[in-house]
Amino acid sequence: MATVEVTFTPLPAHVRTARLVATAVARRSGVDESLLDEVRLAVGEACSRAVEAHQRHCPAEPVQIEMTDSGERFVVVVRDHAPTAAARPDPAAPPGDGTDRNGVGSGGVASEGVGSGSAGSDGAGADSAGAEGGSAIPAGFGLAVISGLADDVRVLSTSSGVSVQMSWPSTAAPS
Amino acid sequence: MDLKLGHYNKDGIEVVDVEGEIDVYTAPRLRELLIDLVNKNNYQLVVNMEKVEFLDSTGLGVLVGGLKRVRAHDGSLDLVCTQERILKIFRITGLTKVFGIHETVDDAIAAKKSEK
Repeated sequence: MATVEVTFTPLPAHVRTARLVATAVARRSGVDESLLDEVRLAVGEACSRAVEAHQRHCPAEPVQIEMTDSGERFVVVVRDHAPTAAARPDPAAPPGDGTDRNGVGSGGVASEGVGSGSAGSDGAGADSAGAEGGSAIPAGFGLAVISGLADDVRVLSTSSGVSVQMSWPSTAAPS
Repeated sequence: MDLKLGHYNKDGIEVVDVEGEIDVYTAPRLRELLIDLVNKNNYQLVVNMEKVEFLDSTGLGVLVGGLKRVRAHDGSLDLVCTQERILKIFRITGLTKVFGIHETVDDAIAAKKSEK
């Protein structure tokens, strides 16, 4: 069972609440103070991504966050229920192979590669900026930021949605 | 903390003061301000981020979008930021190579003037 679970309607205004709760639980779980900014940003990115996916596909469904303190790791899973590419039949893909559809590898992501590959060269970020009015940053950029921050990131894409699992070292929390 | 925005002109350069959190909820307001400034023919922008407490990829997207707009008019968008927690986000995304990042507003304005 998760230590703390949060579900929220997929509205951008609630992402801040999710960040605050995650940071508070991380602190309580004994995550080092120097890592709390990373937790806050990574959870915020994962929730922003989930909110956008839900707003497109299932605005009535809540976004779910599970935060678990195992004693050694503080684990956060942000789960959305928006249908993904994995939900559609893809004859080229073997059955059940629904992982890693977001350009971020599962487990032990090479953060340098993801980060610098997104906007490494001079002007690349601006040149790749998308249509104005929407985001100027390509889809998946938030996940790239997460993988640049957390040393353990797993992205699992299934027919029922995407879950982003992140973890940080924690010490045993005082009771 | 919500997002507070202000702007003023100094030596022909529009300085945008940003205070608070720039995220998926608040970033649209910053985007609208930058678009409004560009529409009013301000192409030399400095965004002062010294009082920004949180910045995510949505906020980065808005800044990149602003940069794209001013560059279309041969302008530039520079940032003022000394906070390590914010600079780190620019660093891991490689955007330190895209934006001019200065320690003070005066530094940013002086750098822009020397470019002219």
